[in-house]
Amino acid sequence: MELDFSRSLHYWWALLPEIVLCLWGMGVLIAGVSKRYRLAGEDATGDPTLSGSADLGWLALFGVFSAAFANGWLYGVREVGSAGMIAVDPFRLFANWVLLLGAALTILISFAYVHRQRLQAGEFYGLILLATAGMMFMVAGRDLIVIFLGLEVMSVAVYALTAFNRRDRRSAEAGLKYFLLGAFATGFLLYGIALVYGATGSTNVATIGAVVTGGTATPGLLSIGIALITIGFGFKVAAVPFHMWTPDVYEGAPAPVTAFMSAAVKAAAFVAFMRVFVVAFEGAVDVWYPIVWWLAALTMVAANLMALVQSNVKRMLAYSSIAHAGYLLVAMTAANETAAAGLLFYLLVYTLMNTGAFAVVISVAHQSEERLQVEDYAGFGWAQPMLGVALTILLLSLAGFPGTGGFMGKIFLLQGAADAELWVLSVILVLSTVASYWYYLRIAWFMWMKNPSSERQHAHVVAPLPLQFALIACVALILYTGIFPGTALEFARASVQGLGTLGDTGGGFAP
Amino acid sequence: MINEALVLSAIIFVIGTFGVLVRRNAIIMFLCIELQLNAVNVAFVAFANLYGIEGQIFVFFVMTVAAAEAAVGLAIIISIFRHYETVDVGSFNLLKW
Repeated sequence: MELDFSRSLHYWWALLPEIVLCLWGMGVLIAGVSKRYRLAGEDATGDPTLSGSADLGWLALFGVFSAAFANGWLYGVREVGSAGMIAVDPFRLFANWVLLLGAALTILISFAYVHRQRLQAGEFYGLILLATAGMMFMVAGRDLIVIFLGLEVMSVAVYALTAFNRRDRRSAEAGLKYFLLGAFATGFLLYGIALVYGATGSTNVATIGAVVTGGTATPGLLSIGIALITIGFGFKVAAVPFHMWTPDVYEGAPAPVTAFMSAAVKAAAFVAFMRVFVVAFEGAVDVWYPIVWWLAALTMVAANLMALVQSNVKRMLAYSSIAHAGYLLVAMTAANETAAAGLLFYLLVYTLMNTGAFAVVISVAHQSEERLQVEDYAGFGWAQPMLGVALTILLLSLAGFPGTGGFMGKIFLLQGAADAELWVLSVILVLSTVASYWYYLRIAWFMWMKNPSSERQHAHVVAPLPLQFALIACVALILYTGIFPGTALEFARASVQGLGTLGDTGGGFAP
Repeated sequence: MINEALVLSAIIFVIGTFGVLVRRNAIIMFLCIELQLNAVNVAFVAFANLYGIEGQIFVFFVMTVAAAEAAVGLAIIISIFRHYETVDVGSFNLLKW
């Protein structure tokens, strides 16, 4: 099928996955307020996979699958004529796979959590679907208006998800903090967009790119605009020094939401970041190259150093997610096709390994998110061999051990950095990876080498079937991408082909 | 005319930024964020004078999003008020601020 954006009906086809997901999200919300599910939420006994809240989870999962189906259908679609506000390129579709995978895994690991914390299941799963739809708008945007709207749909839904557990003070506190700092960052992003609009006369990414490359943009406005947009995205991807909110919010938010935030939100922000900077600001690379270079270097060093001293596992994983943002910023700095493919590949494996690690954290934390210290993992491996082995593999992958997807991802990031001759950043990446071994392996050491403080310490670990399934899928895919990275990498390479050139000018209202 | 509008927008934006950084009352901080967004609106309208309608359309999106954010943000502030009976961010102490 051919899409011609001069006909507005064709926007519906181009946005099919997002529309499907929005409709399912609203459907789950409406189903959630029916009397049957409201009562089911109050009763926290029985099997979590059979209770009423689980029905809504399966419904949401089905919505994710139908959106994935629509996403697959979009591969058969070709753009003709002038580029519109929505990109229908493989870059977006690959990012959609990552986001949908993140959403599906989050839903699978949430079943037991939603059940035992007596959360309103309809709203919880509905918000996850709507946040995912926002992310998909964000990665699809070829116009700063669409990127901004997607970002806000995602952010507003995630603010609510962070503060979702109303009985928990920490959740409310994390929600307030995330909301205030997130909205603050949005202000910077918007002011940056306004200045870029003032400098170039358009909000279309491709048109901005043409004007900036042509050298007719107002230099002062453009530089300040790019700097402000970098701040806005820096907050969203949690780069040092804009990371202050991350550890607290990740610690306070409900654990499945933390998994969702650290994987999917970060992936969406990075893909939009890449598209805006590589396509629109390619001609102004001198302006943003030093900024992003320093962001990457600072993020890798500072996050890994701070992670070394954490004793709370959720907080440690928060710092680890900041560190991974640093590795991905290396790919942003390199800004070539190898690095962009590496970025997509890394986002995929990062989503798998981080969500998997949080699945185990959810199981161990048990009732009210109290057992989160490293000591609580003492002897865990021997008590729960399956979860123990899975967590060990995921931690090794996060650390970047050979044979795992995390290792291959880092290799590809380094390859992109080498192509762009970023030797200093490559060295920092390798050294900070070595430093990160300490805090990842410390948990593994506690799991296998320490004795539990009491016989009954691990008696209450709950791992219902959907969570086990998600965990096994994560581990299997991590090992697969680690041992046979070819398929996924080829896919990522094909997905970034022509990213910089795609979208000829013509959209928007250029002068 | 456009320069005056841009200077006004920059001044409002800086006031908003300082407000968020200096004040400790969650609602005042939120008001300052709204001030930032409105500074952006002023800038957009000024530039739309040069480049055409696109900037003005953006203003409508910004206003809509700000309203949605206000709804969620005030709900979050209410939910934290129920726990602490205050909206002073200095007194929330379970997480490090």
